[in-house]
Order: sequence, then structure tokens, then C-alpha cells
Amino acid sequence: MVLAPTRSGLRRVAPLAVPVILACLIVLLASFAASSVQRTVTTMLVNLVLVVGLYVFVGNSGVLSFGHIGFMAIGAYADAIFTIPVQLKKVMLPHLPAVFAQLTLPTPVAVLAAGLAAALVALLVSLPLMRMSLVTLPIATLAFLVIVRQVLGNWESVTRGVGTMLGIPIDTTMTSALLWAVVAMVVAFLFQGSRFGLRLRACREEEVAARALGIGVTAERTIAFVLSAFLAGAAGALYGHELGSLYPDAFYFSATFLVITMLIIGGSGSLAGAFTGTVLVSAAAEILRRAEGGFHLAGLAVPARPGLGAIVLAVVMLLALAYRPQGITRGRESGIPRLGGGRPVRVPQSDEHPDRLANETEGEV
Amino acid sequence: MTGFLQSLLDSLSFGSLFGLTALGIALVFGVMRMINFAHGELIMVAAYSVFVLRGLPLPVTLFLSLGVAVLVALLLERAAFRPVRNAHPTTLLVTSFVASYLLQNVVMAVAGARPKGVDVSPELLEVISLGNLRVSTIDLVTIVTSAVLIMLLWLLLSRTLIGVQMRAAADDFLMARLLGVRANRVIAAAFAASGLLAGCVSLLLVARSGSISPTMGLTPVLVGFVAAVIGGVGSLVGALVGGYLLGLATVLLQTYLPSGVVGYRDGLVFGFVILILLLRPQGLLASSAERTRV
Repeated sequence: MVLAPTRSGLRRVAPLAVPVILACLIVLLASFAASSVQRTVTTMLVNLVLVVGLYVFVGNSGVLSFGHIGFMAIGAYADAIFTIPVQLKKVMLPHLPAVFAQLTLPTPVAVLAAGLAAALVALLVSLPLMRMSLVTLPIATLAFLVIVRQVLGNWESVTRGVGTMLGIPIDTTMTSALLWAVVAMVVAFLFQGSRFGLRLRACREEEVAARALGIGVTAERTIAFVLSAFLAGAAGALYGHELGSLYPDAFYFSATFLVITMLIIGGSGSLAGAFTGTVLVSAAAEILRRAEGGFHLAGLAVPARPGLGAIVLAVVMLLALAYRPQGITRGRESGIPRLGGGRPVRVPQSDEHPDRLANETEGEV
Repeated sequence: MTGFLQSLLDSLSFGSLFGLTALGIALVFGVMRMINFAHGELIMVAAYSVFVLRGLPLPVTLFLSLGVAVLVALLLERAAFRPVRNAHPTTLLVTSFVASYLLQNVVMAVAGARPKGVDVSPELLEVISLGNLRVSTIDLVTIVTSAVLIMLLWLLLSRTLIGVQMRAAADDFLMARLLGVRANRVIAAAFAASGLLAGCVSLLLVARSGSISPTMGLTPVLVGFVAAVIGGVGSLVGALVGGYLLGLATVLLQTYLPSGVVGYRDGLVFGFVILILLLRPQGLLASSAERTRV
């Protein structure tokens, strides 16, 4: 974990430095590639902000959230209202409250404000939600996602209902996405090493013992939830500036599936896992998306199969859950290899159920 | 008064559907401590079976569709859920979410994403007038079918060996196993029963709406979750109570909300759920599942 006290400064920041350097390298390589590759990399970086955001809550608390796409949506729509040109807003959203109708913010400020808007909603929502248990809290976040989707689909004067929001300045570049991805990873790294992050991880491992040590759980979860909603909101804003338009169904179950797949495949227990999962699943999703459109393989025409990508991803995910539920990284952070082969640090197996030993006997009694 | 009776009748009919869905979810939760997202897809699969088998005589079609729902439930248990049975609750939840997404996309790839129309039986949609009350046959069928199913389930759980074993496993799985309850058998039984309930809900829904789509399972399953959570996860009676309460809330909001706000109905219902959980985080009738054991 992050805090073996004997480690040198360099080793201590390795969990952050390794993914940041890798992300920069990917961008550097992509800057020589075709523009379609650059777009894919930009999408991946925006996803990285989102997945790292989800990781701040899910990874540290061990509680799943289905609601983060809802925060992403809030960020995206808030940002759209902050940045769409005033003239266009008059036409597209004639009933927008006057405060917002006259307002245009520069993109970086708007992304920040969008993140804050999502964080504010998260704070309100967490008042009832964070008191719930490991089993019911995810369902409540799902209810939140449905509420957000309904509000987006019906609040005509602000969101255009089920219609498309147009005219968001398209200015998410690979560089700005990289910048936000680095910010997200720094935030996640600082949080997981902080007092609150460590307490929250203690609750994740053994809630009863953590409570017995005087950790209240609710406050720690709330802080992580709000922080992670901020990042998800910022990701939503970046997404809007990447595509230039928004519609409510983009922020629903498919997106939720994709972001959870990224986090779980990589391993929800570490920042390295969030990074690995995002890169791998983004790449796989892009390849599958192209395969869906039909392709030629050794002279053979493979016909278009819409939906194939989702099926393949879901099957891979089921296999991963059965054989490697802690993901590729198994909760380990990235580090610098030791010369002379020191003993690896033992990582607590966070994905094992406490009752595991009791149930270990396979087969029937 | 008539208005009130009408609302009551409507909410009974809605509530039956919600309650049956919640029961199916609670049955599986009891033995596996897993909230089964794929329950909605069992409903969807049964509905597509009705569509595929529509040429056969009606009773045969309905019977086979129920069979398909049970079969898919057992298949899911064997292929997706058994390998993760002892995993962390979060892993279980993700697994069921993925299983549901997979089934949806398979049906979408095979049958297309567009909704399709199915006519189960036009007579069911006829409306009977009782004084000032307007009752459609499907409402009566829904209420009666649910009552019969609930009775049958109660007989299963209280009078048969496997039923008693299911209740024992729901209370304390390890203890039940130590006393000779076969894990694979009770879990399979719970999935089969929940598949049957999903199939019945599906038939009632399709007969009512006449349309099917790959994502049709979502709404009922969400409502089922919420009903189960309000009632207290894992408590079967709680699930039923939660279902009927939600039916009542939905119908009342639909009837009495001003027309401008009706679009937000489901959002308001879910908001109401958060309120209940704020007052009783463990649900109305808490079961042993929510108790922390040290």
C-alpha cells in the first residue's frame, strides 16, 4: 500500500508517477498518429477522469456506485449551460432563468464549475445515502441515476428534455484532457494517502473493527463521494466539450456498464487498477466498435454486427469476475522494481468476503 | 368515494405486479445475498418467448414462456452466479449487473432493438363497468393471479422440505449447510421460483401493454428493487408490502399530480423511497440479512 514508512520519497510517489508518466507517453505517441487515433486517446483520457473519479469512492470505500454517470450528466449539462453562446441559448432555451441566459464562462472555468455543481448535488444526496449498508447503497445510487435521467428528460426549460443540446464549444483537446486526467489522479492519490482515505480503507477491509476504533464511516464515505462526484462532473463537462452536443440517453445504463467494467477489469482496489482498466477497456471498446461496422479478414468479408461489442465485453467481464474478481492489478499499486529482488509487499485481499474461510469447503455438505 | 375505490383497485393491480417482482428478487437475495439485476431480463426473455411462440395455442405459448423464464434463471445461476457465489457482495452485484446487460444485448443482437407488438388476447383488455367503477379484465386477472401465486409460494415455503430449507438458508446459510441443506439445490430452487415469478409478471405485463423491447425489464426490476429495499431486503413479507405501497404511491401520484409534473412521477416515487430509508435505513420489516455479525 501507499505508506510503508521505510520507503524513499521516490518509491512513495510511484503509485502516482507511473500512471501519470504512462498517460503522458500515450499522448506523446498519439500526437504523431492519425487524427482518429487522437480522438480515441482523448476519449480514453476523459474516461480516465471519470473512472478515477469512480475509483475515489468505490476503490477506497469498497461500496459500489451505479450513480456516477448521473454526476457526469449533471456536470455535462451544467457546463453546457455555462458555455453555449448567449445568442444560441436565446433560441434553443428561451425559458432559461435569466441568470444563466446571460452567462458564458471560459471553458476551463466552466469545467471547474460543472465539477462543483456535481459535487454539491453529491453532498445533498449523500446525506441520506451514506448511512445505508453495503447492499442497499448501490441500489440507492441506481435510483439516483434514474432520477437524474428523468429530470434531464423532462426539465425542458433547462435541458431541452429529450432533445439534443447543441452548440457546446468543441475544445477538449488531447492536452486539456491529459491535464484533467493528471489532476484526477493527483486528487485520488492525495486522498487515498490522507487521514480520511486511510480511515475509509480501514472501513472497507473490516467495517466492524474500524467502527470499534472510532471511525464513523459516514463522514469518510461522504467526503469520498463528494470528491468523486466532482471528478465525474468534470469528466462530463470534458465529454460535452469533446462532442459538442448532449442528449439524456448518453448518460444511462450503457455508460454505467462501461465505466464499471473499466474499474473492475483493472482492479478497483488501486489507482493503478483504475488506470490499467481504462486504457485496456477503451482500446478494446474501440476495436470492437470498428469490428461491429463489418471488416475484411484475410479476404473474407465479416458482416456488420451491431451490439457485438457489448456482448463480447460483457462475457469478458463475467469471466474476469469469476476468475479474477480483484482485477488485473489485484489491488496492488504500481511501484519501482527492487534491485536484488526484495520481498513483495503483502496486499490485503480486499475483494474476499470475510466469511470466505467459512464457506471455503467446496461441494455439498 | 368512487374515485378512491378506483384508485384503490388500480393500485392493487399495479402493486401486485410490483410485489411479485420484488418477491422474485427477495427470494434470490435470501439465499445468495445478491440483488439480482438480471431478474428484469428474465421478464424480458419470457416476453420475447411469447412473441416467438405466438403461433401456438395460447395456453401452450404461455406455459412454454414460463418454462423459458425458469430455464434461463437456472442457466444464469449455473453459468454466471455459481462461480462467484462466495465472493464479496460488491462482486456479486457487479456480476448480476453484467449478466443483465449481456442478456439485453444478446436479445438486441438477435431480435433488434426496436419494440415489437404482441397481442396476447384482446378480450383481456375489455373494460367492465361496475356501477361507476371501470375495471378492465386484465386488472382482475392480475390481482387474482398474484393472490394465487402468493398462496402457492407460501405453501411452498411453509409446507415443503425444499421451502423450509430455503427459509433456513436465507436465515443463516452456513448453519443450514452444517445441518445438511444442500447449497446447490436450495439456490437452484430459489432461482427457479424467481424465474417462475418473473415469467408470470412478464405475461401479465405483455398482456397489458402489448409491446416488448430488449430494455423492457428495466422499469419493473427497478421498482422491484425499490419495493424490496423499502420492505427490508431479504424479508419476503416486506417485499410484498413494499410492492403494494409503491403501487399505491404510483397510482396516487399519477391521479393527483397536476399534468405539468406528471412526467416526474417516477422520480418523485424514488424520492419518496429515499425518504422512507432516511427514517428507517434497514427498511420497514428488517430481516436478518441486514444485521451485522461479528
